[in-house]
Amino acid sequence: MIIFDNVTKKYRGMSAPALDRVSFTVDAGAICGVVGLSGAGKSTLIRCMTGLERVDAGSISIGGVNVSGLRGAQLRTAQRNLGVVFQHFNLLSQRTALQNVMFPLEIAGVAHGEACDRARELLDIVGLSDKVNSYPSKMSGGQQQRVGIARALATNPKVLLCDEFTSALDPINSKSILELIKSLNADLGVTVLIVTHQLSIAQQSCDRLIVIDEGQIVEYGPAQTVLASPKSRILRAMVTTLTWS
Amino acid sequence: MLARLIWSALLETLLMVGAAGAVSIVLGVVAGAGLVFFSDPALGRDWPVNRRLRLDQVLSAIVNVGRSLPFLVLMVAIIPFTRMVAGTSIGTKAAIVPLTLGAIPFAARVVESSLREVDRGVVEAALVMGASPGQVVAKVMFPEALPSLVLGFTLTLVSLVNFSAMAGAVGGGGLGDLAIRYGYQRFRTDVMLATVAVLIVLVQLLQWAGQALSSAVDRRR
Repeated sequence: MIIFDNVTKKYRGMSAPALDRVSFTVDAGAICGVVGLSGAGKSTLIRCMTGLERVDAGSISIGGVNVSGLRGAQLRTAQRNLGVVFQHFNLLSQRTALQNVMFPLEIAGVAHGEACDRARELLDIVGLSDKVNSYPSKMSGGQQQRVGIARALATNPKVLLCDEFTSALDPINSKSILELIKSLNADLGVTVLIVTHQLSIAQQSCDRLIVIDEGQIVEYGPAQTVLASPKSRILRAMVTTLTWS
Repeated sequence: MLARLIWSALLETLLMVGAAGAVSIVLGVVAGAGLVFFSDPALGRDWPVNRRLRLDQVLSAIVNVGRSLPFLVLMVAIIPFTRMVAGTSIGTKAAIVPLTLGAIPFAARVVESSLREVDRGVVEAALVMGASPGQVVAKVMFPEALPSLVLGFTLTLVSLVNFSAMAGAVGGGGLGDLAIRYGYQRFRTDVMLATVAVLIVLVQLLQWAGQALSSAVDRRR
């Protein structure tokens, strides 16, 4: 469902590539975690997946569409296959919860009435049916992230990409947002990629785990196996922090 | 007598500020959006048309020329153009031409800075959701920047009141003209004081209305 094939990305003026021949596959319906420290290449991986950056070599396929080769209108259509949940929610501050969830439908050309019904349905799924007409400034972080998740699901994407989606939330909200993602995965069958620097988040939710360091994949496999016997220096260091959180 | 003088001068000022304000805000929105659109790599910077000739840089240079001329110099320098557009270079209608021309670059910079203040994360989120560069500007940047834009337009209108008084000094009509002809040249202190009072009240009202409108459209609080 998500296929990275030898993806390399190097920013101009940098000596080392931000992503160095990264290859992995995430099966449909799986929850896969990508963990690494700051600067490991997580953000670049996300930016390449979402089309904000172009890859230098290799290809990225999402839901059977090779997105790394697309540009312009074709890329924009392909992006409807991918819903993104952001660390800082990135909601439109001048729009209500309902209007925020309607935004991706509006730009996809869905009729107003239909978009409105769909957005209400999604806000209901994420447990915000009483906040339909609230503005983001009147909602808590956890509620804003729920709107963000509803918005990410609006176009019925095959893949949900969660970028540090709990980092700005307190532990209780983190936990409940994580449970929401897991139930959406179970109920809707959406494939989930969770990118995080918090190993505990990945440990609680992922079937598979990818560890990246300096732009390269250093560990990759079923989450239980990878966590039970960490081989890389970086994962061993991260595992010791687990007991703390 | 005094009241009638002030009233008709005020109407002239309002006509000049209103007409020049409306045209310069519309064109300032277009120019400001162009400045942002063609300089942003995520929007139109790498468009084929923009590769040969950077439209944002051309626009910016034109705006800088407009901004570097003191209004008094601009007004005199473009007299032939004013005559072509308005048919005359004297009077209230003629004054609208240089006022508009002087305010467009100002409004363009105001719009540009408001649009640039929009949260980058929100812009990128819209792009990731499949919004086209045009949709990002129209559906994300302008609505998100609305409270700031309203304050910027208020600033533009207040500056126009100021410029329009200067236009009055060279036969443009309005409150500035009244202050010069009666207050200064005929030693009518009462006219001078009344004009100053009306100008102060006008600017206070504009500022108050602008701030109230900006708060009314601001959903961030």
